[in-house]
Amino acid sequence: MSEAYLAALPANAWNWIAIWRRNYLAWRKVAVASLLGNLADPMTNLFGLGFGLGIMVGRVEGTSYIAFLAAGMAGAAAMTAATFETIYATFARMQAQRTWEAILCTQLTLGDIILGELMWAASKAFLAGTGVTIVAGLLGYATWPSVLYALPAIALTGLAFASLAMVVTALAPSYDYLVFYQTLVLTPMVFLSGAVFPVNRLPDAFQSVSRFLPLAHAVGLIRPAMLGDPMASLAVHIGALCIYAVVPFFFSAALLLRRLMR
Amino acid sequence: MSNAAIDLASVSKSYGKKIVVDGLSFAVAPGECFGLLGPNGAGKSTVTRMILGMASPDAGKITVLGQPVPARARVARARIGVVPQFDNLDLQFTVRENLRVFGRYFGMSRRDVEALTPSLLEFARLEHKADARVAELSGGMKRCLTLARALINDPQLLIMDEPTTGLDPHARHLIWERLRALLARGKTILLTTHFMEEAERLCDRLCVLEKGRKIVEGRPHALVDELIGCHVMEIYGGNPHELQALVNPYAQRIEVSGETLFCYASDPELVRVELRGRTGLRLIQRPPNLEDVFLRLTGREMNK
Repeated sequence: MSEAYLAALPANAWNWIAIWRRNYLAWRKVAVASLLGNLADPMTNLFGLGFGLGIMVGRVEGTSYIAFLAAGMAGAAAMTAATFETIYATFARMQAQRTWEAILCTQLTLGDIILGELMWAASKAFLAGTGVTIVAGLLGYATWPSVLYALPAIALTGLAFASLAMVVTALAPSYDYLVFYQTLVLTPMVFLSGAVFPVNRLPDAFQSVSRFLPLAHAVGLIRPAMLGDPMASLAVHIGALCIYAVVPFFFSAALLLRRLMR
Repeated sequence: MSNAAIDLASVSKSYGKKIVVDGLSFAVAPGECFGLLGPNGAGKSTVTRMILGMASPDAGKITVLGQPVPARARVARARIGVVPQFDNLDLQFTVRENLRVFGRYFGMSRRDVEALTPSLLEFARLEHKADARVAELSGGMKRCLTLARALINDPQLLIMDEPTTGLDPHARHLIWERLRALLARGKTILLTTHFMEEAERLCDRLCVLEKGRKIVEGRPHALVDELIGCHVMEIYGGNPHELQALVNPYAQRIEVSGETLFCYASDPELVRVELRGRTGLRLIQRPPNLEDVFLRLTGREMNK
């Protein structure tokens, strides 16, 4: 296993770019529809909940509810875009479309492919999260220029969720199983991570769960950046997201090696 | 055979309890077309996957273009072109884009690929389809594009897994003709197929697999001469076992497969005379081929 595993890891630091560019070319052909799809959901939530609930909620942590929610929606948009790309589009390229099979006949390794797919999913997540941030900024719900710090945080969030979703993709026998990840893991995470309401309103037990959730760390970075607040526990948030980006990558590589290269 | 393009030494592979490849050894010399023949499930695809480093053998040694595989399969793959059993082109891309994207997987720049594209398209007879989306191409054209794509890295070795399965006869002949052109350019080809005709036309040497084991290896015509060496009459339309008794005295050997009696006779006229007057019988006399070799060695037909 170990020799085969080492041979399957990325061969160098740039091979993945060929995969990224393949996906970019495919995306360019449907870019408008794809962007709309990635942005429609978080925007609807932002305005629907922001204005609607905002009337009842009033101010949260010293800011308007919609400004509080904007950071949560930016993080959730990155999470959803990275996840959907990986569990649906990547799964299709691996399975039905046989795209990976073709690539595995070239000088690229399985690790090159996985890395390229993750970087691509993270790029789409970056677009989606940034889209929400820009809209929020234009409407005056984000502080210039500290909002710029939100952008690398959104990219890292995308990479972490792409990496996690790659494990799900590697394990799922068919499309039907992918839905479980979405409904049983991601949707609850939105409510446990302080995206929609502050974590300190959760029961104690859930608050401790929240400390381990990648979306909580993402929101922990994005919200202060957007609101111009001082950043607390910066290293912890970045470190946690990096762990969520790196560990599942190596784990998914091992799983996919077993799945595809038997 | 240290300079062999592909060298398999006692390679075995099982999935669970099922032995798929069983102590297989063969060597492919540079510049030859070597055929792996066998019915579906004989282990041909598993052998090609192992040669490409996409599956690891449980036992035995594989060397491809001088590289130990799977350990250094990536280095070997840089000089291999693959035509897979099932098309895996990017359907939403144009013909030209497919080549460009695939070239990048070999580290080629857009300019490198564009310089090669006209000659590859000409080779694949797709000059007029450069900007057509792959989804619009016929099955035969897709295969030709897959072949052109496999040539993008100017490979020394081509691995083709059932390259003409599912094609109409016209497209099949075009692919055969293109493969011969590649052999004339000095490329080495490993071809898996269950079409006897394909193997006879293209292969310099071949080995026949059954249940993961090599049952015979050699030059196609030599094998046919050596193992059959006489005319074949296919007889059907009657009870094959009754017929067997009738023609037995005139036959060197008789095989029954389904409703067909294969009668191997040095003088087929005698068989014909014996069966004259029997209505409803169909007799076909033909030269022997690899199908007969397979039937003789396994007692069954390849495609049944």
